[in-house]
Amino acid sequence: MGSEPFLRVQNLTKAFGKVLAVMDVSFDLPRGHALGVIGPNGSGKSTLINLITGFVRPTSGKVFFQGRDLAGLAPHQRVNLGMARSFQMARPFYNLPVYKNVVIPVSSPRSRKHMGGEFGDRDEAAIHLLEEVGFERDSAVPFKKAGELPHGYLKRLELARCLALDPDLIILDELFSGMSMSEIAGILPLLEKIKAAGKTLVMVEHRLRELFRVVDSVICLQFGEKIAAGPPQEVMAQKEVAEAYLGAEVTADA
Amino acid sequence: MSRAPTGFRRERIDRGIKVRSDDIFALASLRDLSYLILPRALPVAALLLFPIVGRGISPYWQTVVLSTLVIALLALSWDLLASAGLVSLGQAFFFGLGGYTAGFLNSGLGLSPFLSIPLATLLGAALSTLLLFPLLRLRGIYFGMITFALPLLCMRVVETTGLLGGTEGLSGLTPLPSRTVELYVITLAVLVTAFVFRRLSTSDWGLVYQAIRDNDRAVVAAGFDIQRRKAQVVFLAALPAAFAGAFVTHRYQFVGMPAFALDYSTMPLTAAVIGGPGSFLGALVGAFLLVPLSELMREFGSLRVVVYSAMLLGFTIGLPEGLFRFAARKYGQFERLAPIEEPSHGK
Amino acid sequence: MGGLLASTLVYGLVSSATLLLTALGFSLTFGLSGVANFAHGGLYLLSGFTAWLLMTHLHLPFLAAAAATVVLVGLVGALVYRVVVMPVRGIHLAEVISTFAVGVAIIELFRWLGFTTYDYVLPVLVEDGIDVLGVTVDWQRLIIVAVALVLTLALWAFTHWTKIGLALRGMSQDEYTALSVGIESDWAAMLSLALGAGLSAVAAMVLFPLGIISINSGYDALLVALAVTVLGGLESTAGMIIGSLVLGFAVTLTGNYVGPRWGEVVYLGAIVVVLAVRPSGLLGKSKELEERV
Repeated sequence: MGSEPFLRVQNLTKAFGKVLAVMDVSFDLPRGHALGVIGPNGSGKSTLINLITGFVRPTSGKVFFQGRDLAGLAPHQRVNLGMARSFQMARPFYNLPVYKNVVIPVSSPRSRKHMGGEFGDRDEAAIHLLEEVGFERDSAVPFKKAGELPHGYLKRLELARCLALDPDLIILDELFSGMSMSEIAGILPLLEKIKAAGKTLVMVEHRLRELFRVVDSVICLQFGEKIAAGPPQEVMAQKEVAEAYLGAEVTADA
Repeated sequence: MSRAPTGFRRERIDRGIKVRSDDIFALASLRDLSYLILPRALPVAALLLFPIVGRGISPYWQTVVLSTLVIALLALSWDLLASAGLVSLGQAFFFGLGGYTAGFLNSGLGLSPFLSIPLATLLGAALSTLLLFPLLRLRGIYFGMITFALPLLCMRVVETTGLLGGTEGLSGLTPLPSRTVELYVITLAVLVTAFVFRRLSTSDWGLVYQAIRDNDRAVVAAGFDIQRRKAQVVFLAALPAAFAGAFVTHRYQFVGMPAFALDYSTMPLTAAVIGGPGSFLGALVGAFLLVPLSELMREFGSLRVVVYSAMLLGFTIGLPEGLFRFAARKYGQFERLAPIEEPSHGK
Repeated sequence: MGGLLASTLVYGLVSSATLLLTALGFSLTFGLSGVANFAHGGLYLLSGFTAWLLMTHLHLPFLAAAAATVVLVGLVGALVYRVVVMPVRGIHLAEVISTFAVGVAIIELFRWLGFTTYDYVLPVLVEDGIDVLGVTVDWQRLIIVAVALVLTLALWAFTHWTKIGLALRGMSQDEYTALSVGIESDWAAMLSLALGAGLSAVAAMVLFPLGIISINSGYDALLVALAVTVLGGLESTAGMIIGSLVLGFAVTLTGNYVGPRWGEVVYLGAIVVVLAVRPSGLLGKSKELEERV
């Protein structure tokens, strides 16, 4: 058990019809580590996340989480093992107030087991979580309908929904996209705190400069294949990676 | 300084009495108290008194109220399903299964109505949940399509296989003791269902269904087994519908293919849409409008179906919030025309 | 040859073609604009009675009446979109409920008007029949197979080769992108409803001559359309063909070998089993596609 990596992805492949979205991707992730997944648009990053979290069934390959083979487990079962994810397209529960959006995961089977969640104080727990991700406590924002939130807040709401599950592994799909520089600056310390608490992070990101301030290592995908892996600077120095991004903001600062 | 208004817009303002009575501590007078309590207490009192008083008024209207309450139960069931994003076009499915179960328990096993109705409620709901379970992965219109087909197919299965009396149905079943008992049984069922469903839908348990309707993937990502959740809500919603079927079976002392008839699907749907989905009370309001209206038009035959199809259409397009919300708004708010002024650009 | 096997083969094919034809209009509308037109059965019945009225009261020959009916019902389809669907466009369940109301209203209106006797019949195109594999088949049934085949191919060609067809398909896949390349959503959806309604009229013209125009055939047509499209997968032409073949042969087989009325029961079994195993239908792709986003 001890020698098992926290998360092991083994030869994961997914074909949609004739298109190979993810091709033979493998990596190991130790506990407490933060991994960045980068690559140009359409390189299979989101599919990789969907495969790990069980939202898409792999064509072949395996995922092990805390030593356990996840084959055949439904997404909600994986969540209950301690895996939380955010979505690239932040779609809240539009018709519910913002804090009720967090009450949903707070009242889910996993949180009830982990946090006790006594009847009645779920609203309080939800508002507390919102505060943690940067909602002003005394403002009216948590009580607005989620459909009225601006984009930056939606992303933070996604993060709060993940944290509500008290997960061991947090997978964030393009958390930074659509956030302003100052909003990202506000959220970075929180990510540091999550890491310090011993949680494991996987972040899919296009905003490389900001990503590299959080993650310990990076894998780069292109056309569904893993073309590079290692510490951020080393990966960015590789020729294939530069070519994959081809003129895009390759020069994430040193 | 002040410029001529360029137009008017409608604005809605809460009535003072609503604001005062929303919080219990602000109840200042008997008037406030009655503003709050009367709209809730009066209908309940009327329903509870009707079985006794109504006999003196007209036995005919007693039967109309009976039919109304049956449709009301089906409409409540529809509303609970709809609140979870499952729009049913086939309430007759639950109704028929409940009805046939009661018929079988009574004629086959000789159980008295007071046993067969509760048992048929439970068994019928369980059976419908079991049959629908594989189909719960379907969303939105797909679920509607399937539920539309199910009762019609059940009808054919009964017709073809000759099971449970086939085209003849099961007749000669035990009736309930008296009209008054019948009325009380169904009235209590409606009140209990409406109360329980309303409480459930505002609890954290009901919250999850609103979330499923908005974005089911995010609910999965929160660790909920939405299959199981949907099965739970289908079972709960099937309870009053199966009860209605079992009740009607004993009332007519007969159950047959008409239990799966389209009427038991379209009437509750129409009632819930007219009254307004999502509030449960709307479903009741709708049933109390629709069923008596349809009784008055009985001599026009199937034209009444055309009329309530037209109502269904009119309300879906014209007043999607339904009559109940509309009336509740009028009760709690007043409207006025507020002048629109051109924003001054510092000229 | 001859015997039960040949009869199963021939009549299975005929019954598959019948199902396919009945479902074609519904499926086309759904595939092109995402509107589940629950008025389908009503329009189908309307077509039958319209043609009958044109023939008996205006004394038109059958072919002229049929052509006029297809055009008229197509226009009714467009009207249904304008009046009923457009105000609730995008709210799928309201679309279903309002078109459902229209369908029920049409069907029950005819019932009320007294179109319930056995007088309402449309003539067959060619009398008599011929022997196929030693089984006697009347020409009308062969015409049904031919029409189903030709229409399916024509539709496939239309949606895959012509500019309008491609535009419509683009629309159904991504409304916003289609808007940005200048396809107007309302126009496209109205066209898809008109086409679907026209197709249901064509189906009515070749199917009703086999029997009488009965009120309940309106509900049956909707039921068949739902069964076939849900079984085959809602947006795939091949799925529809396979769906109707599966149902058609299942119904004929059980009809021939188990008992004449048992075939109908097969619908229930087939739908429930297929959907339990594959919620997106036999060849449906919607689920995979959605998960890819």
